[in-house]
Amino acid sequence: MARATGIVVGVNGNMVTVSFSGQIAMNEVAYVIVGDKRLKAEVIRIRGDRADMQVFEITNGIGIGDIVEFTEEMLAVELGPGLLTQVYDGLQNPLPELAAECGFFLERGIYLQPLPRNKKWDWTPVVQVGSEVTGSATLGTVPEFSFEHKVQVPYYMTENYKVVSITEPGSYNVDQEIAVLEDSKGNKYPLTMSFFWPVKKAITAYEERLQPTEPMVTQMRLIDTFLPVAKGGTYCIPGPFGAGKTVLQQVTSRNADVDVVILTACGERAGEVVETLKEFPELLDPKTGRTLMERTIIICNTSSMPVASREASVYTGVTLAEYYRQMGLNVLLLADSTSRWAQAMREMSGRLEEIPGEEAFPAYLESTIAGFYERAGVVRLRDGNQGSITIGGTVSPAGGNFEEPVTQATLKVVGAFHGLTRERSDARKYPAIHPLESWSKYKGVIDQPRADFARKVLIRGTEIGQMMKVVGEEGTSLDDYLIFMKSEFLDAVYLQQNSFDPVDNSVSPERQTFVFDLMYQILGSDFDLTDKDTIRTFFNQLRQKFIDWNGVEWKSGEFESLEREIRSMVKDKSKGLSKEAEDISASIVGGQ
Amino acid sequence: MRKVYTKIESIAGNVISVKAEGVRYKDLAVVKSSQGSSLAEVIRLDGDKVNLQVYAGGRGVSTGDEVRFLGHSMKVSFSDNLLGRIFDGSGKPRDNGPELEENLIDIGGPSVNPAKRIIPRNMIRTGIPMIDVFNSLVESQKLPIFSASGEPYNQLLARIAMQAEVDLIVLGGIGLKYDDYLFFKNTLEEGGAMNRTIFFTHTASDPMVEALLVPDISLAVAEQFALQGKKVLVLLTDMTNFADAMKEIAITMEQVPSNRGYPGDLYSQLASRYEKAVDFEGSGSITVLAVTTMPGGDVTHPVPDNTGYITEGQYYLRGGRIEPFGSLSRLKQMVNDDTREDHRALMDGMIKLYAAYNESLEKKSMGFRMTSWDDKLLKYGDLFEKTMMDLSVNIPLEAALDRGWEIMAACFSPEETGMKTSLIEKFWPKN
Repeated sequence: MARATGIVVGVNGNMVTVSFSGQIAMNEVAYVIVGDKRLKAEVIRIRGDRADMQVFEITNGIGIGDIVEFTEEMLAVELGPGLLTQVYDGLQNPLPELAAECGFFLERGIYLQPLPRNKKWDWTPVVQVGSEVTGSATLGTVPEFSFEHKVQVPYYMTENYKVVSITEPGSYNVDQEIAVLEDSKGNKYPLTMSFFWPVKKAITAYEERLQPTEPMVTQMRLIDTFLPVAKGGTYCIPGPFGAGKTVLQQVTSRNADVDVVILTACGERAGEVVETLKEFPELLDPKTGRTLMERTIIICNTSSMPVASREASVYTGVTLAEYYRQMGLNVLLLADSTSRWAQAMREMSGRLEEIPGEEAFPAYLESTIAGFYERAGVVRLRDGNQGSITIGGTVSPAGGNFEEPVTQATLKVVGAFHGLTRERSDARKYPAIHPLESWSKYKGVIDQPRADFARKVLIRGTEIGQMMKVVGEEGTSLDDYLIFMKSEFLDAVYLQQNSFDPVDNSVSPERQTFVFDLMYQILGSDFDLTDKDTIRTFFNQLRQKFIDWNGVEWKSGEFESLEREIRSMVKDKSKGLSKEAEDISASIVGGQ
Repeated sequence: MRKVYTKIESIAGNVISVKAEGVRYKDLAVVKSSQGSSLAEVIRLDGDKVNLQVYAGGRGVSTGDEVRFLGHSMKVSFSDNLLGRIFDGSGKPRDNGPELEENLIDIGGPSVNPAKRIIPRNMIRTGIPMIDVFNSLVESQKLPIFSASGEPYNQLLARIAMQAEVDLIVLGGIGLKYDDYLFFKNTLEEGGAMNRTIFFTHTASDPMVEALLVPDISLAVAEQFALQGKKVLVLLTDMTNFADAMKEIAITMEQVPSNRGYPGDLYSQLASRYEKAVDFEGSGSITVLAVTTMPGGDVTHPVPDNTGYITEGQYYLRGGRIEPFGSLSRLKQMVNDDTREDHRALMDGMIKLYAAYNESLEKKSMGFRMTSWDDKLLKYGDLFEKTMMDLSVNIPLEAALDRGWEIMAACFSPEETGMKTSLIEKFWPKN
């Protein structure tokens, strides 16, 4: 069948209307030919012999009558060895190579191959001639940094095939043949190390999806102790601008205990993306001792890049995540920000003159968001291994108001909610996640009953704080005042964490458990403190020591001496654990 | 010779349409009417129907007027001759100087490849403690000044123009009141800063569509200077007027409106301007400071709201001073590690205490008895506002940091400040 062709009959922003002849498909990719440039576009509506297409580039200079060539393919990414360390735009163009070719500016119509073509990979076949295989079966492996990259049968090959030839171990590039398969009808399929997969279609070449149970440690106390995330789970971080979403994502991307991290900047500030871009190659992964970039892929479609590729970028990110999951790895996908992605949808929907839904977002907003987050999960693969994708998406709600459609649609489908508030960021309390308004359905690093007890102190302390605003400090009982100071103390030295302090920025689960034990002693103790001034002075001094303690290396001499000082300060004034705190502790010990 | 079209099919507001062939999206045309001739830009193509926005406005344009397409998009002249000059929104002189036509460059060019950006790392000193200490301005940063109407935002901008340590200022006025235009002109001339300034200005009485061009022209010129190695500061006032001009066109074009009548691509439109802020590897830089007035003082209004998500922080101007709450320079973290070791801790510590001061103030206003701690906070807040926050304070960063310690020492004992012991030992005033 000959490919369809068309001509441009209308231009409106980044949407182009085409009159075509032949057969075309929804979401098919086409190229608009403008002078010597070929601009990539995607079909988003077909009516009669007219197709509306969103162009992934600036549309300046397109004219009526320009030729359009259809490709018969959906928007797809190339999967194969060499994805790690790459910095791509939303269409999988490698940006550093683009820079080498075009310099400072992004030139239109230049699409480079996503995977390095001249790099040779050390190939070890794992199947023999005559083996039976199907989509996602591993044909062989190549080392990719610290991973064993599994070269698989493309997922679109869903039948049973016989291996009729398999290439000898050796050093090959991604374009060289590594195997030939044959189906039951005798058709032969020569394969290389890479293949294409359409981004808007989830990869489901696995046995079953499992319940996420294991915590994904972020090394942030507030999250791991109180608002945990699970491997294979989903979470969202909504917050007003300036509340620290990006820093939170950056810190998570560095410290999260996963194998591969994929960062998707959709419509975000280039100035911030560049921090990650330039810093990651210099930061060391504590697990491997090598650069963090070796386990990272960055998809970077910043706010000034065309809106249609912004819409594509989260799909590109999650498809790459699925690919590494298929190798039995734990992958974290961070999307910053899903609101910009939703706005891109709104922009296109407006151009299509669709009937707008709430706040002018399209009616399919919710199902699209749900469809994206549902691509997370822990799965049992066909080879018996497990792999997972955790998705963390930031949301930038208009006016910082969590009632708006994108936040609400997201909250319905995620397992944890880390809501940032202006109030906490104004008071420089970072991370500015509101400890009481946020929630998580996953299990964290601290036993639940004691974490709940600490949370109760926070809740009670906040209530007392509110009350104190009305009745004043003098109208507050000594007991209440003590709880208030305990909750302030917990907030200041445990919930808050300094992401710019070399030690405090990442706290191992061991240290969190250890510090929490002592925190629990303090929160659970009755104290021999007889007036408000002594209570305040005592907690100020304790806070000072704790802040210093947070900043020294785990188990160092200084750590231990500060710990002794803190313990002795507490011992001097403590009358022992309260009955309630004692009971909770006992129930945990008894239960174990 | 390009074809001249003499049949305008429709005129709605500032948008006209003609039937024409061979026209390309974003091309320019000249519309000749009894009002004079004006540039117009193609904003939509639909078969042989071409929609154009007329820069000088649709008023007085008649159906029989001439439309001639130029076959290229908007350009501006670029050279050193721009320095010290004042132009209008379409690049025409406003200062009786000669018209510039050499070396035309495109406006609204492609965006910078993120892979070619470098991490912002140089602070731009302004001598204003609320900026230098608490929210340092960083080369290549883009920051709005969120401001209610009536606040002295143009005065602040002018002072930054006079004092900022940069090579070159591009000042873009959008919908400026004539008085404000004169204020900028006089202040820059008297302060001797005009010779390092290029001033593109659209005043409130100029045709509305020209307002749309000011940010693009200013940034295109800034970009060329930056590529020549210059450190350029672009000051824009007021971007809300720019967004309102976009809204007007969108509604005239019968686009499906998004929030509060603004077009659905408001975010992308603002972003493509702000994202011009950049530090070129091995060359110069563009830093953008842009006033965004908040209608009704409401930061959740679509213009400040979208702006906030594009920019790297913001300065809030309230009650005639830069508010510490809400104000934020995300990139300060890139620079205030290198200024002085106490910088980062001091700015956080002081703001935390100032937040506590505000709570005490609230308690006081409700008539509660003040504790000794409240009294200390009240004294602190008062000193902080008078000797640091006031916009007339003009001292170097280091002096401002010392002043911060003095203020704390005048009010608190060291452990009450929440500062690290090591810093207290080094910087706490000794007497």
